[in-house]
Amino acid sequence: MNELASVDWSRAQFALTAIYHFLFVPLTLGLSFIIAIMETLYIKTGDAHWKKITQFWMSLFAINFAIGVATGLIMEFEFGTNWANYSWFVGDIFGAPLAIEGILAFFMESTFFAVMFFGWNKVSPKFHLLSTWLVAIGSNLSAFWILVANGWMQYPVGMHFNPATARNEMENFFDVALSPVAVIKFLHTVASGYVIGALFVVGISAWFLLKKKELLFAKRSMVVGATFGLITSLFLAFSGDESAYQVTQHQPAKLAAMEGLYKGESRAGLIAFGILNPNKKLGDNEPEFLGDIEIPYMLSLLGHRHVDAFVAGLEDLVYGNPLHNIPSASERIANGKIALQALSDFREAKKMGDAPKMRENEAILQTHMKDFGYGYFEKPEQIIPPIALSFYSFHIMVSLGMWFIALFALVLFYILKRDITRYPLVLYAALWSIPLGYIAAEAGWIVAEVGRQPWAIQDLMPTHIAATHLGGGNVALSFTLFAILFTVLLIAEIKIMLRQISKGFEGGH
Amino acid sequence: MQFIHTFFSLYKEGFANLKLGKTLWKIVLLKLLIMLVVFKFFFFNTTLHSHFLDDTARSNYVLDNLIKETP
Repeated sequence: MNELASVDWSRAQFALTAIYHFLFVPLTLGLSFIIAIMETLYIKTGDAHWKKITQFWMSLFAINFAIGVATGLIMEFEFGTNWANYSWFVGDIFGAPLAIEGILAFFMESTFFAVMFFGWNKVSPKFHLLSTWLVAIGSNLSAFWILVANGWMQYPVGMHFNPATARNEMENFFDVALSPVAVIKFLHTVASGYVIGALFVVGISAWFLLKKKELLFAKRSMVVGATFGLITSLFLAFSGDESAYQVTQHQPAKLAAMEGLYKGESRAGLIAFGILNPNKKLGDNEPEFLGDIEIPYMLSLLGHRHVDAFVAGLEDLVYGNPLHNIPSASERIANGKIALQALSDFREAKKMGDAPKMRENEAILQTHMKDFGYGYFEKPEQIIPPIALSFYSFHIMVSLGMWFIALFALVLFYILKRDITRYPLVLYAALWSIPLGYIAAEAGWIVAEVGRQPWAIQDLMPTHIAATHLGGGNVALSFTLFAILFTVLLIAEIKIMLRQISKGFEGGH
Repeated sequence: MQFIHTFFSLYKEGFANLKLGKTLWKIVLLKLLIMLVVFKFFFFNTTLHSHFLDDTARSNYVLDNLIKETP
């Protein structure tokens, strides 16, 4: 296996693990809050139907949790073996949030999880309700720390690079934990989980209604699910807007790829729908799209909060645009090479015990550190992310997000104002939207992770530098084994869940 | 004391009365076995911490990689 193939397999393996892991996580995030709301209704009303409804959805939550738990552990193994350069380079910045996540997840979730499932007749109803809420809050807090770590990779702040140890050292914990990229990433990601939870509840309730079974339970579940879904899908759109703003500010090449924007423009329009021209190359005069529908001014508004604002295109970022103070990638590559040379000279000076030379080179390094990662590229065009995958994933995500708002509004209208059982089309739409929620969430991750290529850490470390091949095992073989294991787990989850759903709300949990 | 007893019996009776949970626990344990034994020992058996004795050696390894990769 050559070096490039090793990097590609490591990337494929990480992508596979992350994609499968994120099939389980969002339902946990969303369903936990929906269950807590249902149990609150039970405690408020004393109506035993709400208790059965809560227990039914809790049993499905347990299945998803059990199958999904610890699938993220493999990513930690991968960091250590396949991405050791990266793991060392990020230092305690990555370690601290992940350690907090581990402690929180273990103690908070596992303690209150037991009360939630075993404690129905053992603890007071109010303490049980508190436990259910704490499981939901704990799950979401765990997600926060993971997303802080991911946010730092997209927008590295609050640290100082130590050339003696090759590690980034945290200077300000709050800059890392509360960076605008991390916060909005958290809000947008958990909101996608809430929408998936709501789609799950609404879709399965729709199935019961189509089968004319468990009507009271299904209708009540549907009201809670659709209300929660409508509120959270609106919030998802709002957080998506803020997320796009942050991407424009800190990862302009990602935004340009998401929108297929080659030449930057003022009063830029947002592509609502488009088919990319596969023959388009950077710098040529081919049109970007074979066909597209554009919403005027919207991209400027989205990216800079002003309709007249200039939005940088890929050509501006690669070749530079002095009019808008955008340096070319070639300039940044030159800066990066100065930084790398300074790192090398610093090391030599350290070996020689030459303190003044060390200080001199460290100063040069820190001056050019913001372009450090560019030093690994030979051609400016290498800074461009995969355009088609970023563009289509982004547009699939946004289109589905809009559909979910409409769906929840529609379902809520029909369940509250009409007899929804007489509208099978609405019920089928709800049922078949369950997988769409997952497609939207995975597309969102593809935008986030493919869109930031070629970087593992934005502007500091390209992906091919982050990778190592320390392990004795074959990455291609472990990739295949992962694929088999995760697919078996997914099939097991679906089978067990279908069996549990078919037992119905009074089937015993 | 009462709290410890309630807490302990919560787990004891909870595990004793598992229905669906039995299947789920089997899956969890099997999965952990595969991950922590098969994957960890055969595919992810080497990290910087296991490969090098101290942080200086680890730093040197990463610095070598950072510097040698310059085109």
